[in-house]
Amino acid sequence: MGRLILRQFQGAGLEPVDLTIVAGECVTLTGSSGSGKTRLLRAIADLDPHGGAALVDRQLVDETPPPEWRQRVGLLPAESHWWQERVGDHFNGSTTQLLSALGLSEACLEWQVVRLSSGERQRLALARLLDRQPAVLLLDEPTANLDPENSARVEALVGDYAQQHGAAVLWVSHDPRQRRRVGQRHLVIRERRIETESA
Amino acid sequence: MELIHLSAYDLSIPALLVLALAALSWRLRLGVERQLLIAALRSILQLLLLGLVLNTLFSQRAPLPILALALFMLTVAGYEVMARQKRRFRGLWGIGIGTLSMFISSFSITLLAVHLVVRVDPWYTPQYLIPLLGMLLGNTMSGMAIALDNLTRNAWQQRGVIEAQLMLGESWDRAIGEIRRDALRSGLIPIINAMAAAGVVSLPGMMTGQILSGSPPLEAAKYQIMILLLIAVGTGLGAIVAVWIGSRRLFDQRQRLRLERLTDA
Repeated sequence: MGRLILRQFQGAGLEPVDLTIVAGECVTLTGSSGSGKTRLLRAIADLDPHGGAALVDRQLVDETPPPEWRQRVGLLPAESHWWQERVGDHFNGSTTQLLSALGLSEACLEWQVVRLSSGERQRLALARLLDRQPAVLLLDEPTANLDPENSARVEALVGDYAQQHGAAVLWVSHDPRQRRRVGQRHLVIRERRIETESA
Repeated sequence: MELIHLSAYDLSIPALLVLALAALSWRLRLGVERQLLIAALRSILQLLLLGLVLNTLFSQRAPLPILALALFMLTVAGYEVMARQKRRFRGLWGIGIGTLSMFISSFSITLLAVHLVVRVDPWYTPQYLIPLLGMLLGNTMSGMAIALDNLTRNAWQQRGVIEAQLMLGESWDRAIGEIRRDALRSGLIPIINAMAAAGVVSLPGMMTGQILSGSPPLEAAKYQIMILLLIAVGTGLGAIVAVWIGSRRLFDQRQRLRLERLTDA
């Protein structure tokens, strides 16, 4: 279970924001490039300094050891990075279900990271994140490099994961149709302020 | 064998040769004649000054001036470690990391050497303390400069890889572990090579000096063995301390990677 609560939370260069995402809910976020979407996600994952308070369930970020916080608040950055040569060395648990849901076979665990296409990288980065079972998902354009078929797979997998694990999802997307498909509420960053997006 | 004394006239011959080299550099338009002459002049002045200072120290044998010279050498070495970094730590950390880790490694090992190995009495006898400290500082300095430079450069380049591991819940020391090991390895390789080549490829400076001043070659070899082994330990110890402090400084209390603590290249 994961409920994300932000109280007067302030990422670098942004106005303070109050926001609650309940367990299983998906909220979308958009805004022109450079408006601070990525900065907000990084601040929530406690990768950058921030003001105000963030909580998952009842636990405050400042009272949680950083590795534990980041494991519970999983951030999927727009560009994925890999530190081992073999894909499979980045995973901990059983991955068969995750991989097949993303249209990948288990054989890809043996692949070399340098030979992955950008689409494969993006899907495997999502699998790597879900493998660690975070309670909150912060997704930074998770389908930017994917064709419609694989985008649909990612949307379905994240939806299933949020329902099964009661995870709160904050999803950054530039595609208005995707935002309508995946999100129950919609936010936009305009001039450093985070507002409700009007349809 | 008596030491043959060099007169000012004797030294003027190599000095004239350097002038000739500068003239050649000007003729070939290499553009380094100015730097060459300034560096040559600096080395002449610095070494003469050191000779004068040591002359006084040797005759006085008072511990405080000797300690002051040792601290001065340490600070300059710390500054040199910092100056060789492409990206330095901002503020006092820049000079502090090198100075502190050399203090821990070179200082303690020099003291150990004069106390337990050479068994000089008193331990601050400048004829032993200053040359040993100089050899250790000079050699560990380059190893630590390489290790620290490697650490900060790779942390900068591999920011994404470090943060990717942080995002997945790894601790800071796991996230930078491979970069840290790489930095330590690169800092230790020069002294490992120097030990392997000693006496076969290169005739080390200290041994050369002792032989020139009339020591029996076998005695000179024993001193050289001692100093090489101590340099290896000093470099290893100093690099471990410097890389540990440096890598810790790259992260804050919340284990965030803080590359803005480094200067721009």
